[in-house]
Amino acid sequence: MRFTKEHEWIEADGDVATVGITAYAAEQLGDVVFVELPEKGKTVRAGDAFAVVESVKAASDVYAPVSGQVVEVNGALPDAPETINAMPEQDGWFAKVKLSNPSELDGLMDRAAYEQFLATL
Amino acid sequence: MSDQALKTTPLTEAHRASGARMVEFAGYAMPVQYADGVLREHIWTREHCGLFDVSHMGPAFLRLKARSGDPKADHAAVAKLLEPLVCGDIVGLKRGQQRYTLLLNEHGGIVDDLMVARPRSDADQGVLVIVVNAGTKDGDFARIVAAAGDAAELVRADDRGLIAVQGPEAEAVAGALIPAAADLAFMEMTSAELWGETVLVSRSGYTGEDGFEILVGAANARRLWDALLADRRARPIGLGARDSLRLEAGLPLYGHDLDETVSPIEADLGFAISKKRLEREDFRGAARAIGELAGRLERRRVGLRVEGAPAREGAEIVGPDGAVVGRVTSGGFSPTLSAPIAMGYVPPPLAEPGAELGVVVRGRRQGAVVAPMPFVPHRYRRKPA
Repeated sequence: MRFTKEHEWIEADGDVATVGITAYAAEQLGDVVFVELPEKGKTVRAGDAFAVVESVKAASDVYAPVSGQVVEVNGALPDAPETINAMPEQDGWFAKVKLSNPSELDGLMDRAAYEQFLATL
Repeated sequence: MSDQALKTTPLTEAHRASGARMVEFAGYAMPVQYADGVLREHIWTREHCGLFDVSHMGPAFLRLKARSGDPKADHAAVAKLLEPLVCGDIVGLKRGQQRYTLLLNEHGGIVDDLMVARPRSDADQGVLVIVVNAGTKDGDFARIVAAAGDAAELVRADDRGLIAVQGPEAEAVAGALIPAAADLAFMEMTSAELWGETVLVSRSGYTGEDGFEILVGAANARRLWDALLADRRARPIGLGARDSLRLEAGLPLYGHDLDETVSPIEADLGFAISKKRLEREDFRGAARAIGELAGRLERRRVGLRVEGAPAREGAEIVGPDGAVVGRVTSGGFSPTLSAPIAMGYVPPPLAEPGAELGVVVRGRRQGAVVAPMPFVPHRYRRKPA
Protein backbone atom coordinates (compact mmCIF):
# COMPACT_ATOMS: atom_id res chain seq x y z
CA MET A 1 0.00 0.00 0.00
CA ARG A 2 1.18 3.52 -0.90
CA PHE A 3 0.05 6.88 0.41
CA THR A 4 -0.27 10.53 -0.64
CA LYS A 5 0.18 13.71 1.35
CA GLU A 6 -3.54 14.32 0.76
CA HIS A 7 -4.21 11.12 2.76
CA GLU A 8 -5.33 8.76 0.02
CA TRP A 9 -4.10 5.16 -0.03
CA ILE A 10 -3.58 3.06 -3.13
CA GLU A 11 -2.91 -0.63 -3.49
CA ALA A 12 -1.90 -2.00 -6.89
CA ASP A 13 -2.69 -5.49 -8.11
CA GLY A 14 -1.08 -5.81 -11.54
CA ASP A 15 -2.09 -2.76 -13.52
CA VAL A 16 -5.27 -2.08 -11.52
CA ALA A 17 -5.06 -0.18 -8.24
CA THR A 18 -7.65 0.25 -5.48
CA VAL A 19 -7.94 3.75 -3.97
CA GLY A 20 -9.40 5.01 -0.70
CA ILE A 21 -8.77 7.50 2.10
CA THR A 22 -6.57 6.72 5.08
CA ALA A 23 -7.68 6.07 8.64
CA TYR A 24 -6.13 9.42 9.56
CA ALA A 25 -8.23 11.20 6.92
CA ALA A 26 -11.40 9.44 8.06
CA GLU A 27 -10.69 10.41 11.67
CA GLN A 28 -10.07 14.04 10.71
CA LEU A 29 -13.24 14.25 8.62
CA GLY A 30 -15.45 12.85 11.32
CA ASP A 31 -18.58 10.91 10.46
CA VAL A 32 -19.00 10.72 6.70
CA VAL A 33 -22.65 11.27 5.77
CA PHE A 34 -22.39 11.55 1.98
CA VAL A 35 -20.02 10.29 -0.69
CA GLU A 36 -19.82 11.08 -4.38
CA LEU A 37 -17.85 8.60 -6.49
CA PRO A 38 -16.42 9.06 -9.99
CA GLU A 39 -18.23 7.50 -12.92
CA LYS A 40 -16.99 4.19 -14.17
CA GLY A 41 -14.98 4.73 -17.34
CA LYS A 42 -13.82 8.19 -16.36
CA THR A 43 -10.22 9.04 -17.16
CA VAL A 44 -8.35 10.78 -14.35
CA ARG A 45 -4.93 12.33 -13.97
CA ALA A 46 -2.87 12.12 -10.81
CA GLY A 47 -3.93 14.98 -8.54
CA ASP A 48 -7.43 15.40 -10.04
CA ALA A 49 -10.30 15.72 -7.59
CA PHE A 50 -12.20 12.53 -8.41
CA ALA A 51 -14.53 11.95 -5.45
CA VAL A 52 -16.11 13.94 -2.63
CA VAL A 53 -16.72 13.01 0.99
CA GLU A 54 -18.95 15.07 3.25
CA SER A 55 -19.29 15.19 7.00
CA VAL A 56 -22.13 17.00 8.78
CA LYS A 57 -19.97 20.09 8.71
CA ALA A 58 -18.05 20.18 5.44
CA ALA A 59 -17.29 18.72 2.00
CA SER A 60 -13.79 17.51 1.10
CA ASP A 61 -12.32 16.45 -2.23
CA VAL A 62 -10.58 13.13 -2.68
CA TYR A 63 -7.75 13.23 -5.22
CA ALA A 64 -6.68 10.54 -7.66
CA PRO A 65 -3.21 9.40 -6.49
CA VAL A 66 -2.37 8.15 -10.01
CA SER A 67 -3.46 8.59 -13.63
CA GLY A 68 -5.66 6.10 -15.41
CA GLN A 69 -9.19 4.98 -16.06
CA VAL A 70 -11.79 4.23 -13.37
CA VAL A 71 -12.77 0.61 -14.01
CA GLU A 72 -14.87 -0.02 -10.90
CA VAL A 73 -16.42 1.99 -8.04
CA ASN A 74 -17.54 0.83 -4.60
CA GLY A 75 -21.28 0.87 -5.20
CA ALA A 76 -22.04 0.02 -1.56
CA LEU A 77 -20.59 3.31 -0.27
CA PRO A 78 -23.30 5.85 -1.21
CA ASP A 79 -25.87 3.94 0.85
CA ALA A 80 -23.43 3.19 3.68
CA PRO A 81 -20.99 6.13 3.87
CA GLU A 82 -20.26 5.21 7.51
CA THR A 83 -18.18 2.33 6.13
CA ILE A 84 -15.51 4.95 5.36
CA ASN A 85 -15.13 5.65 9.09
CA ALA A 86 -15.49 2.04 10.17
CA MET A 87 -13.07 0.45 7.67
CA PRO A 88 -11.34 3.19 5.70
CA GLU A 89 -8.52 1.03 4.42
CA GLN A 90 -10.61 -2.07 3.66
CA ASP A 91 -14.35 -2.04 2.83
CA GLY A 92 -14.33 1.75 2.60
CA TRP A 93 -12.42 1.77 -0.71
CA PHE A 94 -13.64 4.25 -3.33
CA ALA A 95 -12.61 3.09 -6.79
CA LYS A 96 -10.32 0.89 -8.86
CA VAL A 97 -8.15 2.60 -11.44
CA LYS A 98 -6.41 0.99 -14.41
CA LEU A 99 -2.98 2.57 -14.29
CA SER A 100 -1.84 4.47 -17.37
CA ASN A 101 1.57 5.14 -15.87
CA PRO A 102 2.48 2.59 -13.18
CA SER A 103 5.75 4.40 -12.44
CA GLU A 104 3.67 7.11 -10.70
CA LEU A 105 3.40 4.68 -7.78
CA ASP A 106 7.12 5.06 -7.15
CA GLY A 107 6.62 8.70 -6.23
CA LEU A 108 4.22 7.86 -3.40
CA MET A 109 5.05 7.13 0.25
CA ASP A 110 5.19 3.68 1.77
CA ARG A 111 3.51 3.17 5.16
CA ALA A 112 6.61 4.00 7.19
CA ALA A 113 7.12 7.24 5.26
CA TYR A 114 3.43 8.13 5.57
CA GLU A 115 3.48 7.57 9.32
CA GLN A 116 6.57 9.73 9.57
CA PHE A 117 4.72 12.38 7.55
CA LEU A 118 1.71 12.17 9.92
CA ALA A 119 4.02 12.75 12.86
CA THR A 120 4.96 16.14 11.39
CA LEU A 121 1.32 17.35 11.19
CA MET B 1 -2.80 24.38 15.57
CA SER B 2 -1.36 27.53 17.02
CA ASP B 3 -3.89 29.54 18.96
CA GLN B 4 -1.49 31.67 20.98
CA ALA B 5 -3.07 34.91 19.77
CA LEU B 6 -6.65 33.76 20.19
CA LYS B 7 -8.89 34.80 23.05
CA THR B 8 -9.94 32.17 25.56
CA THR B 9 -12.99 31.61 27.75
CA PRO B 10 -13.02 30.47 31.38
CA LEU B 11 -13.65 26.97 29.95
CA THR B 12 -10.92 26.76 27.30
CA GLU B 13 -8.69 24.60 29.51
CA ALA B 14 -11.59 22.25 30.23
CA HIS B 15 -12.12 21.75 26.48
CA ARG B 16 -8.44 21.05 25.86
CA ALA B 17 -8.34 18.62 28.78
CA SER B 18 -11.28 16.67 27.39
CA GLY B 19 -9.70 16.25 23.96
CA ALA B 20 -11.76 18.79 22.03
CA ARG B 21 -10.65 19.81 18.56
CA MET B 22 -10.14 23.57 18.86
CA VAL B 23 -10.72 26.06 16.05
CA GLU B 24 -10.73 29.83 15.68
CA PHE B 25 -14.21 31.33 15.93
CA ALA B 26 -14.80 35.10 16.20
CA GLY B 27 -11.27 35.54 17.54
CA TYR B 28 -11.64 32.84 20.20
CA ALA B 29 -10.19 29.36 20.46
CA MET B 30 -13.37 27.27 20.63
CA PRO B 31 -14.20 23.55 20.56
CA VAL B 32 -15.65 22.51 17.20
CA GLN B 33 -16.13 18.96 18.44
CA TYR B 34 -15.17 16.64 21.27
CA ALA B 35 -14.21 12.98 21.05
CA ASP B 36 -17.78 11.91 20.20
CA GLY B 37 -17.82 13.88 16.94
CA VAL B 38 -20.47 16.15 15.45
CA LEU B 39 -22.99 13.46 14.55
CA ARG B 40 -23.12 11.79 17.98
CA GLU B 41 -23.00 15.14 19.80
CA HIS B 42 -25.96 16.35 17.75
CA ILE B 43 -28.04 13.26 18.45
CA TRP B 44 -27.08 13.27 22.15
CA THR B 45 -28.43 16.82 22.50
CA ARG B 46 -31.74 15.87 20.84
CA GLU B 47 -32.11 12.79 23.08
CA HIS B 48 -30.44 13.79 26.36
CA CYS B 49 -28.57 16.95 27.37
CA GLY B 50 -25.78 18.86 25.66
CA LEU B 51 -23.51 21.45 27.31
CA PHE B 52 -22.23 24.30 25.17
CA ASP B 53 -19.58 26.87 26.05
CA VAL B 54 -21.03 30.10 24.64
CA SER B 55 -18.84 32.38 26.75
CA HIS B 56 -17.48 33.95 23.56
CA MET B 57 -20.83 35.64 23.00
CA GLY B 58 -21.54 39.12 24.31
CA PRO B 59 -23.49 39.25 27.57
CA ALA B 60 -23.71 42.75 29.06
CA PHE B 61 -25.76 44.85 31.44
CA LEU B 62 -27.22 48.20 30.49
CA ARG B 63 -27.61 49.99 33.80
CA LEU B 64 -29.48 53.25 34.37
CA LYS B 65 -27.17 55.66 36.22
CA ALA B 66 -29.74 57.71 38.16
CA ARG B 67 -32.43 55.39 39.39
CA SER B 68 -35.62 56.81 40.92
CA GLY B 69 -36.42 53.69 42.92
CA ASP B 70 -39.75 53.36 41.09
CA PRO B 71 -39.36 49.94 39.41
CA LYS B 72 -41.72 50.68 36.52
CA ALA B 73 -40.27 54.10 35.78
CA ASP B 74 -36.69 52.87 36.01
CA HIS B 75 -37.38 49.97 33.65
CA ALA B 76 -39.12 52.26 31.16
CA ALA B 77 -36.22 54.72 31.32
CA VAL B 78 -33.54 52.16 30.49
CA ALA B 79 -35.75 50.40 27.91
CA LYS B 80 -36.32 53.69 26.08
CA LEU B 81 -32.56 54.07 25.66
CA LEU B 82 -32.29 50.74 23.83
CA GLU B 83 -35.55 50.80 21.88
CA PRO B 84 -34.43 53.20 19.12
CA LEU B 85 -31.81 50.61 18.09
CA VAL B 86 -34.13 47.58 17.91
CA CYS B 87 -37.59 46.64 16.59
CA GLY B 88 -38.87 44.87 19.71
CA ASP B 89 -41.01 46.05 22.60
CA ILE B 90 -38.46 46.51 25.37
CA VAL B 91 -40.53 48.87 27.54
CA GLY B 92 -43.26 46.22 27.62
CA LEU B 93 -41.02 43.47 28.99
CA LYS B 94 -42.38 41.99 32.19
CA ARG B 95 -40.11 41.28 35.14
CA GLY B 96 -38.11 38.15 34.43
CA GLN B 97 -39.05 38.14 30.74
CA GLN B 98 -36.54 37.73 27.93
CA ARG B 99 -37.11 38.64 24.30
CA TYR B 100 -35.38 37.92 20.99
CA THR B 101 -34.95 41.13 19.02
CA LEU B 102 -32.98 42.66 16.17
CA LEU B 103 -30.52 45.54 16.10
CA LEU B 104 -31.21 47.53 12.90
CA ASN B 105 -29.31 50.05 10.79
CA GLU B 106 -30.82 53.20 9.24
CA HIS B 107 -31.95 51.20 6.20
CA GLY B 108 -33.75 48.65 8.34
CA GLY B 109 -31.00 46.06 7.73
CA ILE B 110 -30.09 43.64 10.51
CA VAL B 111 -26.91 44.60 12.40
CA ASP B 112 -27.32 41.70 14.83
CA ASP B 113 -29.87 39.47 16.49
CA LEU B 114 -29.84 39.49 20.28
CA MET B 115 -31.58 38.64 23.52
CA VAL B 116 -32.79 41.32 25.92
CA ALA B 117 -34.16 40.53 29.37
CA ARG B 118 -35.64 42.51 32.26
CA PRO B 119 -34.41 41.28 35.64
CA ARG B 120 -36.89 39.99 38.15
CA SER B 121 -35.78 41.56 41.43
CA ASP B 122 -36.67 45.01 42.78
CA ALA B 123 -33.00 45.82 43.18
CA ASP B 124 -32.30 45.33 39.46
CA GLN B 125 -35.06 47.42 37.91
CA GLY B 126 -33.48 49.93 35.55
CA VAL B 127 -31.13 47.23 34.27
CA LEU B 128 -31.36 45.24 31.02
CA VAL B 129 -29.52 41.99 30.42
CA ILE B 130 -28.35 41.86 26.82
CA VAL B 131 -26.67 38.99 24.94
CA VAL B 132 -25.32 39.71 21.45
CA ASN B 133 -23.34 37.58 19.01
CA ALA B 134 -19.62 37.00 19.38
CA GLY B 135 -18.60 38.24 15.94
CA THR B 136 -20.52 41.49 16.22
CA LYS B 137 -20.21 42.34 19.89
CA ASP B 138 -17.74 45.22 19.75
CA GLY B 139 -19.79 47.08 17.13
CA ASP B 140 -23.07 46.33 18.91
CA PHE B 141 -21.75 47.55 22.24
CA ALA B 142 -20.43 50.76 20.64
CA ARG B 143 -23.92 51.46 19.25
CA ILE B 144 -25.56 50.79 22.60
CA VAL B 145 -23.05 52.96 24.48
CA ALA B 146 -23.67 55.82 22.02
CA ALA B 147 -27.44 55.45 22.37
CA ALA B 148 -27.24 55.36 26.17
CA GLY B 149 -25.24 58.58 26.34
CA ASP B 150 -24.85 59.78 29.93
CA ALA B 151 -28.07 58.14 31.08
CA ALA B 152 -26.83 54.56 31.42
CA GLU B 153 -23.62 52.58 31.49
CA LEU B 154 -22.95 49.38 29.60
CA VAL B 155 -21.11 46.81 31.71
CA ARG B 156 -19.69 43.97 29.62
CA ALA B 157 -19.92 40.51 31.12
CA ASP B 158 -18.08 38.63 28.39
CA ASP B 159 -15.23 37.79 30.75
CA ARG B 160 -17.63 35.44 32.59
CA GLY B 161 -18.72 31.95 31.71
CA LEU B 162 -21.90 31.49 29.65
CA ILE B 163 -23.02 27.88 29.51
CA ALA B 164 -25.97 26.58 27.47
CA VAL B 165 -27.62 23.41 28.77
CA GLN B 166 -29.87 22.02 26.03
CA GLY B 167 -32.04 18.98 25.42
CA PRO B 168 -34.96 17.02 26.88
CA GLU B 169 -32.96 16.23 30.03
CA ALA B 170 -31.68 19.80 30.47
CA GLU B 171 -34.22 20.59 33.17
CA ALA B 172 -33.16 17.62 35.26
CA VAL B 173 -29.45 18.36 34.80
CA ALA B 174 -29.58 22.13 35.41
CA GLY B 175 -32.29 21.86 38.06
CA ALA B 176 -30.17 19.53 40.17
CA LEU B 177 -27.66 22.35 40.72
CA ILE B 178 -29.92 25.38 40.34
CA PRO B 179 -33.44 24.42 41.47
CA ALA B 180 -34.90 27.79 40.42
CA ALA B 181 -34.14 26.90 36.79
CA ALA B 182 -36.91 24.31 36.73
CA ASP B 183 -39.52 26.96 37.64
CA LEU B 184 -38.82 29.03 34.55
CA ALA B 185 -40.87 28.90 31.34
CA PHE B 186 -39.37 29.48 27.89
CA MET B 187 -37.90 32.99 27.61
CA GLU B 188 -37.96 33.70 31.33
CA MET B 189 -34.90 34.67 33.35
CA THR B 190 -34.07 34.68 37.02
CA SER B 191 -31.11 35.15 39.29
CA ALA B 192 -30.12 32.32 41.60
CA GLU B 193 -27.56 31.68 44.32
CA LEU B 194 -24.84 29.19 43.52
CA TRP B 195 -21.72 28.65 45.65
CA GLY B 196 -21.97 32.13 47.17
CA GLU B 197 -22.44 33.94 43.90
CA THR B 198 -25.48 35.23 42.06
CA VAL B 199 -25.80 33.58 38.65
CA LEU B 200 -28.32 34.45 35.94
CA VAL B 201 -30.37 31.66 34.38
CA SER B 202 -32.71 31.96 31.42
CA ARG B 203 -34.81 29.25 29.80
CA SER B 204 -33.58 29.73 26.26
CA GLY B 205 -31.05 28.52 23.75
CA TYR B 206 -30.42 28.03 20.05
CA THR B 207 -30.98 24.34 19.41
CA GLY B 208 -34.78 24.14 19.24
CA GLU B 209 -34.75 22.05 22.42
CA ASP B 210 -35.83 22.97 25.92
CA GLY B 211 -32.87 24.32 27.84
CA PHE B 212 -31.10 27.01 29.79
CA GLU B 213 -28.33 29.55 29.48
CA ILE B 214 -26.39 30.24 32.67
CA LEU B 215 -24.19 33.31 33.17
CA VAL B 216 -21.64 32.51 35.88
CA GLY B 217 -18.56 34.33 37.16
CA ALA B 218 -15.24 33.30 35.64
CA ALA B 219 -14.05 31.87 38.97
CA ASN B 220 -16.96 29.42 39.21
CA ALA B 221 -17.39 28.69 35.49
CA ARG B 222 -15.14 25.63 35.42
CA ARG B 223 -16.66 24.30 38.61
CA LEU B 224 -20.17 24.64 37.15
CA TRP B 225 -19.12 23.05 33.82
CA ASP B 226 -17.58 20.10 35.66
CA ALA B 227 -20.54 19.74 38.01
CA LEU B 228 -22.99 19.70 35.10
CA LEU B 229 -20.81 17.17 33.25
CA ALA B 230 -20.69 14.93 36.31
CA ASP B 231 -24.32 14.13 35.46
CA ARG B 232 -24.20 11.19 33.08
CA ARG B 233 -27.08 12.63 31.08
CA ALA B 234 -24.90 15.60 30.06
CA ARG B 235 -22.10 15.68 27.47
CA PRO B 236 -20.07 18.55 26.03
CA ILE B 237 -21.10 19.66 22.54
CA GLY B 238 -18.96 21.64 20.11
CA LEU B 239 -19.68 24.37 17.59
CA GLY B 240 -20.14 21.80 14.79
CA ALA B 241 -23.24 20.28 16.35
CA ARG B 242 -24.39 23.68 17.61
CA ASP B 243 -24.58 24.70 13.95
CA SER B 244 -26.41 21.58 12.72
CA LEU B 245 -28.86 21.77 15.66
CA ARG B 246 -29.78 25.41 15.00
CA LEU B 247 -30.09 24.70 11.27
CA GLU B 248 -32.60 21.90 11.94
CA ALA B 249 -34.45 24.27 14.28
CA GLY B 250 -34.74 26.80 11.43
CA LEU B 251 -32.84 29.43 13.44
CA PRO B 252 -30.77 31.90 11.40
CA LEU B 253 -27.08 32.45 12.11
CA TYR B 254 -25.83 36.02 11.99
CA GLY B 255 -23.16 36.62 9.35
CA HIS B 256 -24.53 33.75 7.28
CA ASP B 257 -28.33 33.88 7.10
CA LEU B 258 -28.55 37.46 8.32
CA ASP B 259 -26.51 40.54 7.45
CA GLU B 260 -26.87 44.30 7.17
CA THR B 261 -28.63 44.12 3.78
CA VAL B 262 -31.39 41.83 5.07
CA SER B 263 -34.56 43.17 6.70
CA PRO B 264 -36.54 41.41 9.44
CA ILE B 265 -39.38 40.64 7.01
CA GLU B 266 -37.02 39.27 4.36
CA ALA B 267 -35.44 37.10 7.05
CA ASP B 268 -38.91 35.79 8.05
CA LEU B 269 -38.35 37.25 11.52
CA GLY B 270 -41.48 39.40 11.53
CA PHE B 271 -42.38 37.96 14.93
CA ALA B 272 -39.49 39.98 16.37
CA ILE B 273 -41.14 43.26 15.32
CA SER B 274 -43.37 44.76 18.00
CA LYS B 275 -46.91 45.30 16.65
CA LYS B 276 -47.24 48.46 18.71
CA ARG B 277 -43.99 49.83 17.39
CA LEU B 278 -44.91 48.93 13.82
CA GLU B 279 -48.17 50.87 14.19
CA ARG B 280 -46.22 53.81 15.57
CA GLU B 281 -43.53 53.38 12.87
CA ASP B 282 -40.96 54.24 15.52
CA PHE B 283 -38.03 51.96 14.65
CA ARG B 284 -35.41 52.07 11.92
CA GLY B 285 -36.74 50.51 8.73
CA ALA B 286 -40.39 50.65 9.88
CA ALA B 287 -41.49 52.09 6.52
CA ARG B 288 -39.56 49.34 4.74
CA ALA B 289 -41.22 46.69 6.90
CA ILE B 290 -44.70 48.12 6.19
CA GLY B 291 -44.00 48.09 2.44
CA GLU B 292 -42.62 44.55 2.57
CA LEU B 293 -45.62 43.33 4.57
CA ALA B 294 -47.89 44.97 1.97
CA GLY B 295 -46.29 42.83 -0.75
CA ARG B 296 -43.26 44.82 -1.86
CA LEU B 297 -40.88 42.06 -0.86
CA GLU B 298 -37.98 41.01 -3.09
CA ARG B 299 -36.83 37.91 -1.29
CA ARG B 300 -37.62 35.79 1.73
CA ARG B 301 -35.67 33.30 3.82
CA VAL B 302 -36.94 29.76 3.28
CA GLY B 303 -36.02 26.23 4.26
CA LEU B 304 -35.05 23.70 1.59
CA ARG B 305 -35.09 19.91 1.58
CA VAL B 306 -32.25 19.02 -0.79
CA GLU B 307 -31.91 15.86 -2.87
CA GLY B 308 -28.45 14.34 -3.25
CA ALA B 309 -25.35 16.04 -1.92
CA PRO B 310 -25.66 18.67 0.83
CA ALA B 311 -25.88 22.21 -0.58
CA ARG B 312 -23.55 24.42 1.45
CA GLU B 313 -23.44 28.18 2.01
CA GLY B 314 -23.04 30.03 -1.29
CA ALA B 315 -24.67 27.38 -3.50
CA GLU B 316 -26.96 28.87 -6.17
CA ILE B 317 -30.70 28.26 -5.90
CA VAL B 318 -32.36 27.93 -9.31
CA GLY B 319 -35.99 28.23 -10.34
CA PRO B 320 -38.00 25.77 -12.45
CA ASP B 321 -36.58 27.38 -15.64
CA GLY B 322 -33.00 26.99 -14.42
CA ALA B 323 -32.42 30.70 -13.78
CA VAL B 324 -30.58 31.61 -10.58
CA VAL B 325 -33.12 32.95 -8.08
CA GLY B 326 -31.09 33.05 -4.87
CA ARG B 327 -28.33 31.53 -2.80
CA VAL B 328 -28.04 29.09 0.06
CA THR B 329 -26.99 30.92 3.23
CA SER B 330 -26.63 27.83 5.48
CA GLY B 331 -26.72 24.23 4.49
CA GLY B 332 -25.61 20.82 5.54
CA PHE B 333 -26.70 17.40 6.59
CA SER B 334 -29.48 16.96 9.13
CA PRO B 335 -28.59 14.13 11.52
CA THR B 336 -32.18 13.93 12.76
CA LEU B 337 -33.70 13.64 9.27
CA SER B 338 -30.70 11.82 7.73
CA ALA B 339 -31.02 14.15 4.76
CA PRO B 340 -29.52 17.40 3.53
CA ILE B 341 -31.28 20.63 4.50
CA ALA B 342 -30.57 24.27 3.79
CA MET B 343 -31.77 27.84 4.20
CA GLY B 344 -31.60 30.53 1.57
CA TYR B 345 -33.34 33.52 0.07
CA VAL B 346 -35.75 33.31 -2.88
CA PRO B 347 -38.37 35.65 -4.42
CA PRO B 348 -41.79 35.37 -2.67
CA PRO B 349 -43.55 33.61 -5.58
CA LEU B 350 -41.10 30.72 -5.10
CA ALA B 351 -41.14 30.79 -1.30
CA GLU B 352 -44.22 28.70 -0.54
CA PRO B 353 -43.71 25.25 0.99
CA GLY B 354 -43.75 22.62 -1.74
CA ALA B 355 -42.26 24.90 -4.40
CA GLU B 356 -39.92 22.79 -6.51
CA LEU B 357 -36.59 24.52 -7.00
CA GLY B 358 -33.05 23.37 -7.56
CA VAL B 359 -29.62 23.93 -6.05
CA VAL B 360 -26.32 23.82 -7.89
CA VAL B 361 -23.69 21.67 -6.19
CA ARG B 362 -20.30 21.25 -7.87
CA GLY B 363 -21.75 22.44 -11.16
CA ARG B 364 -24.73 20.08 -11.19
CA ARG B 365 -28.39 20.86 -10.56
CA GLN B 366 -30.07 18.90 -7.78
CA GLY B 367 -33.69 19.01 -6.69
CA ALA B 368 -34.65 21.19 -3.70
CA VAL B 369 -38.15 21.64 -2.32
CA VAL B 370 -39.20 24.57 -0.14
CA ALA B 371 -39.99 23.15 3.29
CA PRO B 372 -41.61 24.67 6.37
CA MET B 373 -39.23 25.54 9.20
CA PRO B 374 -38.34 24.38 11.75
CA PHE B 375 -37.23 21.20 9.99
CA VAL B 376 -37.34 19.46 13.39
CA PRO B 377 -40.12 20.61 15.77
CA HIS B 378 -39.17 22.95 18.61
CA ARG B 379 -39.65 21.50 22.08
CA TYR B 380 -39.67 24.67 24.16
CA ARG B 381 -41.41 24.63 27.57
CA ARG B 382 -43.74 27.52 27.06
CA LYS B 383 -45.82 28.94 29.87
CA PRO B 384 -49.40 27.58 29.59
CA ALA B 385 -51.54 30.25 27.93
